[in-house]
Amino acid sequence: MNTAADAPLLQVGTLTRTFGGFTALDNISVDIRKGERFGLIGPNGSGKTTLINCISGALKPQVGSVVFCGENITQLPPHLRARRGIARSFQIPRPFRSMTVLENLMVGLDFAAAGSAAAEEEIAMSILTRMGLASKAGAASATLSQVELRKMELARAMAVRPKLLISDEAMAGLSSSEVDEVLDLLISLGEEDITIIMIEHIMQAVMRFSERVMCLDAGKIIALGAPGEVMADKRVQEAYLGT
Amino acid sequence: MNKRSHSIAFWAAVAVFLVAVLSMTQIVRNEYPFFAGYVILQFIALAVAWSILGGYAGYVNFGTNAFFGVGVYTAVALFKATGAPLAVQIAAAAVVGMTLGFGVGLLTLRMRGIFFSIATIALAIIIETFVMNWRFVGGAAGIQIQRPPVTAPFDSYVKMLFFVQAVLVVIAVAIARYVQNSRIGRGLQALRDDELAAECTGVPTLKLKLIACMISGALISAAGAPAAMYLQYADPSSAFNLSYSVSALAMALIGGTAHWIGPVLGAILLGSTQQLLAVTISSEVNVLVLGIMLVLFVVGAPKGIIGLLRPRYRLRAGGKQ
Repeated sequence: MNTAADAPLLQVGTLTRTFGGFTALDNISVDIRKGERFGLIGPNGSGKTTLINCISGALKPQVGSVVFCGENITQLPPHLRARRGIARSFQIPRPFRSMTVLENLMVGLDFAAAGSAAAEEEIAMSILTRMGLASKAGAASATLSQVELRKMELARAMAVRPKLLISDEAMAGLSSSEVDEVLDLLISLGEEDITIIMIEHIMQAVMRFSERVMCLDAGKIIALGAPGEVMADKRVQEAYLGT
Repeated sequence: MNKRSHSIAFWAAVAVFLVAVLSMTQIVRNEYPFFAGYVILQFIALAVAWSILGGYAGYVNFGTNAFFGVGVYTAVALFKATGAPLAVQIAAAAVVGMTLGFGVGLLTLRMRGIFFSIATIALAIIIETFVMNWRFVGGAAGIQIQRPPVTAPFDSYVKMLFFVQAVLVVIAVAIARYVQNSRIGRGLQALRDDELAAECTGVPTLKLKLIACMISGALISAAGAPAAMYLQYADPSSAFNLSYSVSALAMALIGGTAHWIGPVLGAILLGSTQQLLAVTISSEVNVLVLGIMLVLFVVGAPKGIIGLLRPRYRLRAGGKQ
């Protein structure tokens, strides 16, 4: 258990986001502790991606606030949030297709974590090595396989030097051995003081990864707690597991 | 190291180019080469300037003619009002073009892809209509310009304009090259590929788009500023002619937009072909040739001439080997 003195890294307060008449997020409040591995689950359309879009800045909520490291970032554009240490991957990979894998990482290093060019390349290579993509550094990102793309998205997020990494279904569409591979990577990142929010449908991965799990349904939090508790929750099972 | 030797080679080539242009104006007596060469140089400047926004950032600007016409009429208005020298006219045109670029940049907030392109066409029409109703600069009928006496070392105004346009080309190319090799270039490339992903990776997309629009706009207007002096005449329908937009776009795309040399090559190729055709057949054929070449390149070499020459540009704008 974390000590009470630890201020939360991310505080989401009474967040509400609607699209026309549809309420995607309804009064969501949650604190994410520093260094936490946080699982976010929920059926399709329950608001998971909307929530992380509000956290990363791709969307702005109508009501509520996002506080990161004690600073209210609700109105900040995404690039300024990236510079403050919020990085994300996308549910459907969005590589910079005209660039090599290494250059994809250089974007983040150039803009979010500026340093000298030579040092940047070294850092980018070390991240790629870490992710098992070093041999693909010079490859065109458009030529990568699905699992390589997923890893590159995480590597690119890492190039921002994040405090908070949001992984949006980084394992979707991967084989079970590839899922383990990506999961091991995420867990090892969590061990270096990077707080991680993981959205995932693959339950084994969520159970293995998360210290806490939050389940959304129709824009509301229906359960929040230890993975075992959340899975045992009757409403979660009804909403999510379809029993 | 490599980058530095590239820089030295670049500036040496620039010096050679300018010296060659200057000596040409001193040696060659026939005025025709300068008359034709001016147009080619003008198109190089336009194509290079266009590609900063259209190529690097991927925002296809169909409003080159708006910026060009604004450049022409800024120069005309300033000349008529104050008799300002050519350099001042060009500088003023660049400033006005930059301001207009800022406005166009704000459009990118809401419009992407084809919608942005259509908005830029509309912009050209709006400005042209405004100028048509502006009596001071002659309205729809146009305005005759009396050239001031030429300054030494040039013995004719056209030769001087030729040299001036060569300087504008050098400025445009130097800026395009700087943008391409700097952080700005990488950021623009990222936002061209995926704006949201770029933004989430820390790229200030709006700022970079505004910068690209302002640079591109300033350079296009500057390249247009001497046109009235060149023709000794200006009228809205030629200053805001859509063919400037089509030519700049076609030249940049045919040359290839991943590297600044692409638009230069495209403009030289198309510009000289057009000049040749205008003399041998008719200037009406130009548009046809432009269209055919564009189709051929889109089908056969979608990354332009530089894509054919160096396959690695299929991937990225160069900068290092």
